[in-house]
This record gives sequence, structure tokens and C-alpha cells, in this order.
Amino acid sequence: MNQRGRIALFLTVVFVVVGGVTAYVVNSANSYERKHDRPPSVPIDDAEVTTGPRIVFRHTGVDESYGLVATVPLDDPGGPRAFTDVACDRVDATSAEASCLRTERGVVTKFSLTEYDADWQPVDKVALPGIPSRTRLSTDGTLVSSTVFVSGHTYMQVGFSTATEIRDVGGSSHGNLEKFDLVLHGKSASPRDRNVWGVTFADDDNTFYATVGTGGETYLVRGDLAARTLTSIADHVECPSLSPDGKRIGFKQATQRDGQTWWTPAVLDLATGERTVLEGETRNVDDQVEWLDDDTLLYGLARDDQPGVTDVWELDTRTDAKPQLLIEQAWSPAVVR
Amino acid sequence: MYITLSDRPATSRRTPDGRRRRVPPIVITLGFVSLVTDISSESVAAILPLYLTASLGLSAISYGFIDALYQGVSALVRIGGGWAADRGGHPKWVAFLGYGLSAVARFFLLFSTGLAAISAVISADRIGKGVRTAPRDAMISAAAPADSVGYAFGVHRALDTAGAAIGPVIAFVVLWWIPDGYLTVMVISLGFAVLGVALLGLLVPDRPSAAPKPDRPAVRWRDVASPGMVRLLVVAGALGLLTVGDGFIYLALLDRGGFAAHWFPLLYVGTNIAYLSLAIPIGRLADRVGRAKVLIWGHGALLASYAAVAFSWNIAASTVIALLLLGTFYAATDGVIAALAGRLVPPSVRASGIASAQTVVALARMASSAGFGVLWFLFGPQVALLLVAGALLVALPFALSAVRRLDLRSGAAA
Repeated sequence: MNQRGRIALFLTVVFVVVGGVTAYVVNSANSYERKHDRPPSVPIDDAEVTTGPRIVFRHTGVDESYGLVATVPLDDPGGPRAFTDVACDRVDATSAEASCLRTERGVVTKFSLTEYDADWQPVDKVALPGIPSRTRLSTDGTLVSSTVFVSGHTYMQVGFSTATEIRDVGGSSHGNLEKFDLVLHGKSASPRDRNVWGVTFADDDNTFYATVGTGGETYLVRGDLAARTLTSIADHVECPSLSPDGKRIGFKQATQRDGQTWWTPAVLDLATGERTVLEGETRNVDDQVEWLDDDTLLYGLARDDQPGVTDVWELDTRTDAKPQLLIEQAWSPAVVR
Repeated sequence: MYITLSDRPATSRRTPDGRRRRVPPIVITLGFVSLVTDISSESVAAILPLYLTASLGLSAISYGFIDALYQGVSALVRIGGGWAADRGGHPKWVAFLGYGLSAVARFFLLFSTGLAAISAVISADRIGKGVRTAPRDAMISAAAPADSVGYAFGVHRALDTAGAAIGPVIAFVVLWWIPDGYLTVMVISLGFAVLGVALLGLLVPDRPSAAPKPDRPAVRWRDVASPGMVRLLVVAGALGLLTVGDGFIYLALLDRGGFAAHWFPLLYVGTNIAYLSLAIPIGRLADRVGRAKVLIWGHGALLASYAAVAFSWNIAASTVIALLLLGTFYAATDGVIAALAGRLVPPSVRASGIASAQTVVALARMASSAGFGVLWFLFGPQVALLLVAGALLVALPFALSAVRRLDLRSGAAA
């Protein structure tokens, strides 16, 4: 082929590629708008957001309310939901306030933690260094934790870590938990690859639990905020969640399946160390579980056939119970008792 | 710079101001191939963490594995790419294979949902990158007049880095417009990859690098290991061991909180912008004062960036200064070392020579990152950076004296 022929062919390729890609982009934008222009397919409660015992969650129906925080009464979780006008990726709430992790899209995509009061008015906002993963408030709402995934998109270089910190609500940060003194199996340790994630608070506003990952292993640590220490109390525990009575830890237990990590919900009794893997749930649960009551776990699961749509399931910890659908089109449940 | 339409190797010619030199058209075209390919790869790289966590529901830890894979694979196949280009005498088609492999990988990315599938596709993409780098750089080196190789590489790297800066912006604008548009970004990425392959395949002339094929001898590594080259490899490898890389610099800035935390996702953009604005002037400077000298002084900028972070008095100011210095470091090293290496070996093993230098640097930097991680957790970021800065300060004078004669050998104006 001569030079002129090659130029002509190149221009044809440019024409086809630019035309094809443009058509695809415009089509997907239209289809996005169409899908997000309709009212939710689930029942809606037009009244004010309930103030009684409730479950607060992120609505994930593909509709005009996608991503907004909604609530349902605790005694009717499958019933109509009431919407706030606040959008969050992860949310936790107490009767007095809420914490909300958010991806702020734009030419510059940024991430933030916002604390809200009971009327969903923002109280405080801080920037986060990475993609929202977990957030928890302490029961009385004085402490808030956040775990983000620092993707550290770097030039020519690997840069990966989680960043987990605890803040005084409306106040300052206690710093990245990686800087706390770490004790593994009774020995002081400072492995360079440690990551900390998934905080859950005890009622005394000083004790908390979290996962420490290092050397391919995970540990359940008990943290002491005042002493700035993390002490391992069990192995192979991820994303702990303390039960309302403070006696048990709900978590996800990792196994290998088809060469991939597969997480199954499990419960650890803190007094006896007895561990129960809830194999009634056969799907891969990658979430920090929440306790509906002292015997029931809640967690979100993505739908296989609908990207971005998730449901909240409940699982009884007492028997070989099967999971039950609790709230459809929902994610990141937080129980306000 | 101005572009000629001639297909002949451009000769160095001075315009009336006595400064401007021609950049061969093939370098410009290769620059645009890299630009669209970098838009393609960096747009996906920018959204991949969000895609994996938000859309596929994979957790952060799984991503760490992918990221290591993503970055680590390409160094090792690079030598193979260089060797194949020298052996066959058709660097263009080896590079084409590399670009083509990455484009095919982008196509399969559209259909990958599991972590294993995505890892496989991304490894294929990185293998493609490893294969194409040395042959492409050998083509730039062969096309450029001896007294402006640094300039030619500067032009190429500026275009390349412009693509790396544009890619994430395109990706985030699409996600802003279409919040669940991850697949849309991947389709756009595939489009740019195809454009890069078409541009290379159709508009870059395949100029056999040296003798016609029947006469080509096997690649002799003894030719690659010329005394000057060995010296360069040792010096570049030693300095690579003291290069902790910008990932840690960003994390060290993040560690100080405030300004840096807010802009953390964007720090690499700042570095890229500094790099692309400085690549051409520093490439020309290298042609004038000596490429090896500029390569070493570039590590001086790296040292200064460690100091700016470690002695930070004002976090905003030290962030800006550190990014500027990191950009200077890349502008003075990435293209310059290829320019230097390509001229220290006989033309018949040019791609292998460039590949050797790049691989040594990449492996040394990987080792350095592992070592720096240990220092970081033993002493904290500040002391760790100061330790490396101290070592670099001691090493630089030795490096300067070791490479003094290389600039004469590589044919740059002294």
C-alpha cells in the first residue's frame, strides 16, 4: 500500500472509531438518564424521615433516588421507605447523628466524610484520601471511624494501602490507626505491610475492635484509644462488628474458592473464643455486618444481574438458618434502636 | 518544533535564531501513538479502583494484589522486546505487537467481571507495554540526529505524559456525566488503543534498524555490554536503589495531613504536568551539557524533593515544590537514560541496550521500594526520607565522576 492509501485507511479507522465510540457514549448517557429519571419501584413513605427505632441505609434502586439515604421503621423493614436528600456511599447512624462517606465526582474526583445531625443537616466535613469503604459511629455518637482505600494512583509505582482513622465527632482526628502500637500474639510488632480496617466501637468510648492485615494474615485486634494500642485477640477475622450486648463479634471469614477469596459471615464469642461460621449463607459476603438484634446479622449483597443494585439480607446466628431478604435495593444498613 | 513531511531521517539544521532543531517526523508520530495509548491505559487505571470496589463489590485488599500485578509485570518482558527488535531488525513490528496486545486486552476487559479475569487482562496489557517500550525507544534513537537525541526523547516523553494527564481527566468527566459509566470509560479506552495501533501500523515507516535481514548476526550481549554501557548500568542501578518513587512521597505528604489529604488523588497529576512541561527543555539541555550529567543532576532534584517533604514547614508549599521537583526528576531521567543508552551501544543492539538500562532501573526501584517500606515503618516517613536523601547526597558526587566520560562516548556535545 502506498503512503496515500495508508493515510486514507488511517482516516477511515479514525472515522469509524470516533463515530462508534461517540455513539456508544451518547447512548449510555441517554440510557443512564432514562433509568434515573423514574420514581423508585419500591413503596415510598412521603412523610418525614422517621425518628423512632429505624434502619438507615443507602437506597440502591436504579431510579431518581439512587444513592440517597433512606430509612424504614425497625418494626416494618420491608415496608415503605422515607428518603433524605443526602447521598452516601457508606452510612452509619445513631439517634442523634449520622456519618456519611461520599465519592464526590467531578473533573477531580474527591472523597469526604460528613457528619450530620438528627435532621440531616451537615455539622462537619473532612476530606478523605481514598475510596470509601467502612464507617461506624460509637453508640453514644461521640466517636466516628472511617476506612478508605487509598488507591494512590501513582506514576510508575505501586502505592496501595487502607487508611483507617477515628475522629471525635465534630472534633479532631486520633490519627491513622496504623500508627498505633501493635501487639500480635503477645509480642510487639511493626510489620511494614500492615493495614487496618473495619472499626467497631464498644460502649465505653475508648475500646474498639478492628482488623489488622499483615503478611497475608488477618487478626482481630482490640484497640485502646487512650493508650493508642492495638492488641490481637483472635486470628483470621475481618471487618468485625460488635453485637449490641457487647458479647460477640460478627465478621466475615475468608476461605479460598476457585482461586479467589470468598467471605462467609461468622460469629465469635468474645468470652469463650467459640467461632461459628454461618454456612447457611453460601454467597460471597464482602461487607462489615451490622446487628439487627443480639442474634441476627444484616449485610448487603450485590445482585449478579444488575450492576450497582444491592439488597440487605438478614441471617439468624442461632441455627443453620438460611438468609432472608430484609430490605431490597439497599446497602450499608445501620440499625438505630 | 516543526514537523516535516519528509520520510527521510531529518538532519540537524539550525534556524536563524540558532536554537531550534528539527525533530524527525517519526518521533512526533511515535509521540502521538504514545499519547493516545496513554490516554487509553491511564483512563482505565484511574477508574479501576472505583470500578472494582463500587461496581464489582471487591474489597480494597483484592485490589492491592491487582495493582502490584499491574505495575510489576512489564519490567521482565522488556529485555525480550529489545532482543526481538534487534534480532529481527524490525523494531516497528515488535512495538506493534506490544501495542496490539494491549489493545486486545482492553477489548477483553469489557467482558471481564471476576477478579481473576481482570488480573489476567491487566497482565496482558502490561506485557504489551513491556514488549513495546524498548523497540519504540530504539526507533526514536535511530531517527534522531546525534546532537539532538535528548531533544527527540523530550518531545516524545512530553507527548506521552500529556496522554497520561489527559486520560484520568477524560475518565472522571465521563463518570461525572454518567455515574455508572465504567463500561463507557472502557469503551473509550479501547477506542484510543485502536487509534494508537492504527497510527503506528499505518503511518510509522518501518525503517529496518540496520543491515537487511539475511545478514543480521545474532544479538551478541557482548556488544550490549560495552564498557560505557556497563558503567551506565552500574550507576543507574545504584541510583535506582536510592529512588523511592513518588508513591511514597505522596503517602509521606498525606501523612502530614491538611492540604495534601485533600488533593491526594491528584498529586500524580501535578507531577505529570511538571514532567510534561519540562521534558523538552531538559532534553535539549541534556544535548547541550551532556546527557549523563543531566541524568545525575535529575537525581539531585529527587534528593531535593525528599528534603522538601522531610523539612516541610508549610504543607501546601512543600507539596507544590515536591511535585515540581519530582517532575524535574522524571524529565531529567526517563527519556534521557534511553537517549544515553541508545548511543552507548552499536546500532545493531540498540533496542537491547535501551531495554537493559530500563530494566536495571525498574528492578532497582522495585527493590528500593521494598527496602524503603521497611525504613518507613521502622523510623517513620520523615526520618526514612532523610536517610535515603543522605545516601543519595553521598552517592551523587561518585556518580557524577563515574559518568563524566560517558557524555563524550555517547556523542553529545560536551
